[in-house]
Amino acid sequence: MTIWEEAFLRKAQYNSRRHFLKKCTSGIGALALGSLMGCGREGSSAAETAFLAGQGPHFAPKAKSVIFLHMAGGPSHLELFDYKPTLQKLNGQATPASLMEGKEFAFLKGTPKLLGPQTNFAQYGESRAYVSDYLPEFAKMVDEVSFLKAMHTNEFNHAPAQLFMHTGSPRLGKPSMGAWSIYGLGSENEDLPGYVVLNSGGGAISAGKSAWGSGFLPTVYQGVQCRSQGDPVLFLSNPSSIDEHLRKKSIDAINQINQMEYEQAGDPEILTRIAQYELAFRMQTSVPETMNINDEPAHIHQMYGTEPGKASFANNCVLARRLVEKGVRFVQLFDNRWDTHGVGAGNGVGEGMRRSCKAIDQPIAALLKDLKQRGLLEQTLVVWGGEFGRTPMMEARTGEGFDGRDHHLAAFTMWMAGAGVKKGKVHGVTDEIGYYGIEGQTHVHDLQATILERLGFDHEKLTYEFQGRNFRLTDVHGKVINEILS
Amino acid sequence: MKSRNLLLVLPFLALAIYWSWPKDDLISYNRDIRPIVNQKCISCHGGVKQSGGFSLLFESDAKMPTESGKPAIIPGDADASEMLTRLQHSDPEMRMPLGKNPLSETEIKLIKKWINQGANWEKHWAYIPPEKDISPPSLPRELEAKNEIDHFIFSKLSQMDLAPNPPAPKEILLRRLALDITGIPPTLKEYEDFLKDTSPEAYEKTVDRLLDSPHFGEKWASFWLDLARYADSKGYEKDLHREIWKYRDWLIEAFNQDMPYDEFTVKQLAGDLLPDPTENDLLATAFHRNTMANDEGGTNDEEFRVAAVMERVGTTFEVWQGTTMACVQCHSHPYDPIRHEDFYKSMAFFNNTRDKDLYNEQPKVFTYEPTEKAKVRQLLTWVNEQIQPEDKLPQITEAFLHRQKETLLYKLGHRRVEAEEFQDKSRFIELVGHDQASIWQVQDSSWVMYEQVDLTEVEAISLGYASLTGGKVEIRLDSILGTKIGEGTFEVTAKGFPGNRPEQWQTLTIPIQPTEAKRDVYYYFKKDRVFAQDLVRVDWLYYQEKSPEIAGYSAEIRAKIDSLQEIKPVQTPILGELPKDQTRKTAVFERGDWRSRGKEVQAGIPEIMGTINQAKPNRMDFAQWLVSEENPLTARVMVNRIWEQLFGFGLVESMEDFGSQGIPPTHPELLDWLAVTFREDLNWSVKSLIKKIVMSSTYRQHSTVTEEKQNKDPYNKYLSRGSRTRLPAETIRDQALAISGLLNPESYGPSVMPFQPEHIISFGGKFWNVSEGEDAYRRAVYTYWKRTHPYPSMVTFDNPSREVCTSRRIRTNTPLQSLVLLNDPVYLEAATAWAQKILKEYKTDIKTGIEKNLQLITAKVPEKEKVAVLHQLYQESLAYYMQEGADLDEDPELAAMRLVSNAMLNLDEFVTRR
Repeated sequence: MTIWEEAFLRKAQYNSRRHFLKKCTSGIGALALGSLMGCGREGSSAAETAFLAGQGPHFAPKAKSVIFLHMAGGPSHLELFDYKPTLQKLNGQATPASLMEGKEFAFLKGTPKLLGPQTNFAQYGESRAYVSDYLPEFAKMVDEVSFLKAMHTNEFNHAPAQLFMHTGSPRLGKPSMGAWSIYGLGSENEDLPGYVVLNSGGGAISAGKSAWGSGFLPTVYQGVQCRSQGDPVLFLSNPSSIDEHLRKKSIDAINQINQMEYEQAGDPEILTRIAQYELAFRMQTSVPETMNINDEPAHIHQMYGTEPGKASFANNCVLARRLVEKGVRFVQLFDNRWDTHGVGAGNGVGEGMRRSCKAIDQPIAALLKDLKQRGLLEQTLVVWGGEFGRTPMMEARTGEGFDGRDHHLAAFTMWMAGAGVKKGKVHGVTDEIGYYGIEGQTHVHDLQATILERLGFDHEKLTYEFQGRNFRLTDVHGKVINEILS
Repeated sequence: MKSRNLLLVLPFLALAIYWSWPKDDLISYNRDIRPIVNQKCISCHGGVKQSGGFSLLFESDAKMPTESGKPAIIPGDADASEMLTRLQHSDPEMRMPLGKNPLSETEIKLIKKWINQGANWEKHWAYIPPEKDISPPSLPRELEAKNEIDHFIFSKLSQMDLAPNPPAPKEILLRRLALDITGIPPTLKEYEDFLKDTSPEAYEKTVDRLLDSPHFGEKWASFWLDLARYADSKGYEKDLHREIWKYRDWLIEAFNQDMPYDEFTVKQLAGDLLPDPTENDLLATAFHRNTMANDEGGTNDEEFRVAAVMERVGTTFEVWQGTTMACVQCHSHPYDPIRHEDFYKSMAFFNNTRDKDLYNEQPKVFTYEPTEKAKVRQLLTWVNEQIQPEDKLPQITEAFLHRQKETLLYKLGHRRVEAEEFQDKSRFIELVGHDQASIWQVQDSSWVMYEQVDLTEVEAISLGYASLTGGKVEIRLDSILGTKIGEGTFEVTAKGFPGNRPEQWQTLTIPIQPTEAKRDVYYYFKKDRVFAQDLVRVDWLYYQEKSPEIAGYSAEIRAKIDSLQEIKPVQTPILGELPKDQTRKTAVFERGDWRSRGKEVQAGIPEIMGTINQAKPNRMDFAQWLVSEENPLTARVMVNRIWEQLFGFGLVESMEDFGSQGIPPTHPELLDWLAVTFREDLNWSVKSLIKKIVMSSTYRQHSTVTEEKQNKDPYNKYLSRGSRTRLPAETIRDQALAISGLLNPESYGPSVMPFQPEHIISFGGKFWNVSEGEDAYRRAVYTYWKRTHPYPSMVTFDNPSREVCTSRRIRTNTPLQSLVLLNDPVYLEAATAWAQKILKEYKTDIKTGIEKNLQLITAKVPEKEKVAVLHQLYQESLAYYMQEGADLDEDPELAAMRLVSNAMLNLDEFVTRR
């Protein structure tokens, strides 16, 4: 037995963090921790398997991985999927008072005017789903996805709504969906983080790092933000004066001394540390390799429309595929350009939004096609959406000149694909102006319950005890959206 | 008062003694029944679910009739009690626990016996005050104790057939003490001196020296900053800067001065309500101004004010009572006997502060740093001497200089107000940019209000403004619809604001109608129904009096007054109570939703914790109750926190939860003995408590572990050996800086920004401006803390983001930590500095140089084998740098030694407190 194998084994036997993570190591979290710590498939020893007997997901998962494409800012459902001819007819008319009473908006006030759809719609595929001409490429893929057209949320400001979407709570301090997933399942790849976050569209999203934080779960479960500029993972690369050969040498020296220390002190934590230095060394190779999309063939670059060297959404879609291919559990993309208030020219749901759609249309279609042709779509759940929708009313603060819509929590569209989600299904209906869901309404907690279900979890049972109470992603709500699952 | 307290405590004491009396036959609820109930019953028969109308949470509820019409427990008659029947029922549909394994025969027997004995209830241990006269158990004969703590620990060990470890070697002890008490490692000379001092008092002298160190407070502030959710930014989307570092300094000073914990508590929770509070008393109350504030456009200030107040309730109970109140927001506690209403009764104590999620963070206390303070005092005194007797202040005193300055300037009619210091505003008024020093009006018909302005002598009001669109402003009294006393027009002042900062401010002077007395003044911004995103920015207001006194004074005096104005005070948000006539009413929120107000409640503490004997108790009464003798938890919770800092985990491991779902204490008698000793004998002195603990043999044990101990006490909960834990993030950084000689030991002051990678940007873009010079090497506790982007290397070593109160840092061991120590430029810089030092001193004897310096980490003279590994690393990498790797670095010796020092900063012994 080599020292590494011994380290894995000893760690599984002693796992000193079990003590601190009472719930998580005596529960399913142990598997996750094991995997995260470099005890993936190969490292699994008899001792660890025995320790975990009867644990794991609650039922056979349909999804091995999740790719969540979050359009931060809240894209307008009324210009993308939710076609409302009546709203077109009412364009420019004053909003009836009954629709405004008792409602809270971020910026709307007084009596705003209704704003008709700013682009044209057509039906596509066998499912005859409506898609606007903002998304010509995606339109060809509608038979792969299930639309949720009557989504609703509780929050109408960006930061709370984004937190709500990813952590199930509008306040800070709760673990994100990705953190829950690896807490429950661990990662499949022992050389890569189990939960990766990729950003595009400029700036940081409103909710900041908390949208991929671990909340009250241990910090090992938080998302690792991979960057297009600088080190893909913070402090991954060696300084210029230390090359790979020297780094290997120094880690060998560190581990040799730590091994001596272990023999004297007997603390199994030292063995874990030894294993972590080995893993860190492996990550120095595996992460840049995975993050480097230059080795993709030309037709893939063409298919996605990549822009190597930039933080582009297209690049992130290629990366997402590469990551799930390598067994990364949860890949979270944020594209930050969807807050279409229309406070200036090109900032509304007209030309501005058409431009934004150009950046995502081809890459999303390519991602679905690519996953499908590699047989990965069957085991990968792809989720698309924003933190909320937009109002059918024009946002009044900008006058007549622009074409903005305010934040809207009562109705918006999301879609899911892959991992046994029904193909070519439309679930949920909104009223004639896309203001309220009137049929098949689905709440953010329902969406979360459904994502966990695909990963093999009963969302009511995936819990962690904190502050005297068993917390879960869906708080005390949520119902799996069985209508779109097969 | 004393005797009344005693009367209150007596019944508990009697009960406690009665319960703890060993009577084999008498069933104890806490010992025998509660564990069964908590594990098998409470989730369906508790505070949230009360299946069949039966709840075991409160004694009164448990013995009340259930849905069936009669009680499930009939004291004294188990056979007639439905509870017992249902536990033994043959029909699986009827048998409890439903759908789960039945209770064991022993468990059923216990319950039967308990009901037959009268079903006596007991409070959960944590709600019973600790006994005052706990005598430490006697010691197994062969063991020697240094103090009482050892009696408790060793007797438990001997029950487990374990013996304590011998003391650790002196050098290891010195490192342990230094890191635990000051967070800074010993120097080689300190190791030498300590070894040389063979007197019996050597250890104690060292403890005293370290406790006296000015660095003590910097180490001990950290865990409290986690509890206080202290940060330099406000959180949420914009996560703008918050100037609140004076609170951190207050805290460090309080620890350094060993402020008694009762005083420490009262000042932080209610310092503003003390008679004649000092500037420092007010600064202490910033504790509860660390709640997050949302500056995102379009948010409802009241929603976030309420969120902050509710958060304060939860935090207060977690910090002082180890009690989880957050779940009681929505419903009665599922496991502990705390009712839904109790949360709101407690909230009433905190619901009357003046802060209301305003951008400007009012109320605030304005203070000056020493240099500025001296200048202000000098200028103020000079001006006060020059002016007419009727304008003078009676005298210029040291405290509240800013207030004195304001009063004097007001008297002189020099009345300039910063625009952002409004008392109320409509939505769509925001503060601009990083410094938030002007207001920004984002939408037509927005307004700001300044409270109680004396307009008696004022004939005009000037505004310093900038605008891209032009616009109008109306000045109105008492409400936005009140009497209009003036109006003015803003010109277009610029085409754009480069860097979001107007280059010039223009002055608009608006004559106003004569107005008597103090009024609330509204500024109502408009632009003829044309809407604009960035209508007008306002920097300041000036009230022009008819004949201000200042006009009568010389240019010299006026110039001095201008210089006075230029000296900027430090502004710290604090607590301040609303005047009686504006008291807010507190109501129960149904399901915790602030929009559904239920029944109104009066301030009070949860029933299970007792009562406050005051007609209308306020926040001060609440704080004093916390530190009173009646309170069963405050001392226990604090000694547990100190214990955790020194041993790696608490006697109650779930530091945040002493309730029935928390983890029971490993040494309940020791916890109680420490709590009583801390309060009574040590008079709440934290330093004395720390000394007591570190003087024990328990603390001084060697940390090596044998297989037997690993098996019997795998996590060292029973302290069969010295504790061996990974150091906190701050100490790891401070240690690297100290060892390499880079550490700047300067104390106090605004937060600093040491190096972090450039590509980290926040919502507002780039926010990190690396501190220059020595400020980059300050102790970690002074690092700027941005909630949405906390300092990366510290988060990697398990620091919480400080968004919410955190009692425990859960230690992890990850590859990302290895990457920080290997490659973070901060650690590389430390490695370089250290390598230079080693080469300079030991140029000709590299091996000795490595040995001597490795000792800074190993404490003891390092083993030859360890030195050999590093020496070999040096030689081989030197050879490499001179040949194949010649391009990597122009100074092969330094590069090779840097690789060695970098390796030393990555050793397990470096990151571990042993």
